[in-house]
Amino acid sequence: MAEKSKLEEILRTNESELLDHWLKEQFAAVTLRRDLMSEDQLRQQSSEFVRLFRQGVAGALTDITTQDWAPVKEMLASVSKSRAQQGFGASETATFVFSFKQPLFDRLWTEYRNDAKGLADDVWITTVLLDKLGLYTTEMYQQSREQIIARQQSELLELSTPVVQLWPGILCIPLIGTLDSERTQVVMESLLQRISETGSEIAIIDISGVPAVDTLVAQHLLKTVSAARLMGADCLISGISPQIAQTVVHLGVKLGDVITKASLASALDVALHTLGLEVKNRQK
Amino acid sequence: MERIPILKMGPFLLVTIQVDMHDRLAQTLQDDLADRVVKYGARGVLIEISSLEVVDSFIGRMLARIASISRVLDADTVVVGMRPAVAITLVELGMSLEGVKTALNVERGIEILQGSLDSETGGEEDVHSED
Repeated sequence: MAEKSKLEEILRTNESELLDHWLKEQFAAVTLRRDLMSEDQLRQQSSEFVRLFRQGVAGALTDITTQDWAPVKEMLASVSKSRAQQGFGASETATFVFSFKQPLFDRLWTEYRNDAKGLADDVWITTVLLDKLGLYTTEMYQQSREQIIARQQSELLELSTPVVQLWPGILCIPLIGTLDSERTQVVMESLLQRISETGSEIAIIDISGVPAVDTLVAQHLLKTVSAARLMGADCLISGISPQIAQTVVHLGVKLGDVITKASLASALDVALHTLGLEVKNRQK
Repeated sequence: MERIPILKMGPFLLVTIQVDMHDRLAQTLQDDLADRVVKYGARGVLIEISSLEVVDSFIGRMLARIASISRVLDADTVVVGMRPAVAITLVELGMSLEGVKTALNVERGIEILQGSLDSETGGEEDVHSED
């Protein structure tokens, strides 16, 4: 930039007025969420932003990839993260940055009353800057939301694959929810691990909680069964609902020689029988 | 030359694979095993692979081939002690070792072999025991 912009000077001399104006705007705005965030917090974030923004302008002006803007970006990243957790929307979060335009433009207008060229230049610079920062904020907001989703996904994965021992030598894995390849991998690994730990001969895969079985899910199930068989354990599949039975036949899925049962109880019965055990009624 | 020892346990043979298999070793093992099955008239072969951590399609094929050779010589093959990771790998490779029996450990493997031996010669054995 040939002639040095007056932006930095304006920001420096009018910092407190700008901040007051901005806060007033923000408190009046419809996007303010008093239910999610206190005014003190907003005040603190705003004053910090104005301060860091001035430092950024003093440095590299419009290039926000440079070191001078690092503190601003860091601050915006933390603001986005906390707002994502507080439950703000994406546009509500970005508005925090964009709303700074109005007080700043007003101030520029007063300063450049007689200099149309200077006003246009600085308004342009400010727009570019705040747009970039606003987009950056949105990006950060999205990232933190994605992190939250990813964490929940992995938690769900851990929660949904318990392997329980029904009897010495009989394991059961109740599957709940749709089976995709990633989950099948986890299911397979935890089941096989438990088989080798407990030396169980029979594993029952209960799919009562699986909403639908398509060819892919069936293939995943069969993979698990063959892996267990390779280790020397037999697998039974139980909990097949009437609908699933029909779908499987419609799709022409070949379940091979895997023993399938309608209920977990009957699968357990088969398992006990295979182990040579018997459940008796204790009658005198 | 490196060889994998083959142990005789009654009517069965026990092979414990503890080293990385390569082409020649596998070939030697195949030859040796076929010789021993014929020599001792073995009725079953136990292949213990609990210390095998890495498998590839080559090992999978080797196990299947040993099983078919033994089958021709009227001996059952039981692969015992396969690790979970190994089992997953073989399934992902599309090798579910059809026709090969499996067991969790050597003890169970012997039970399986004994079981099929008993059911085969069940009638005769009973007659002998009554004598």
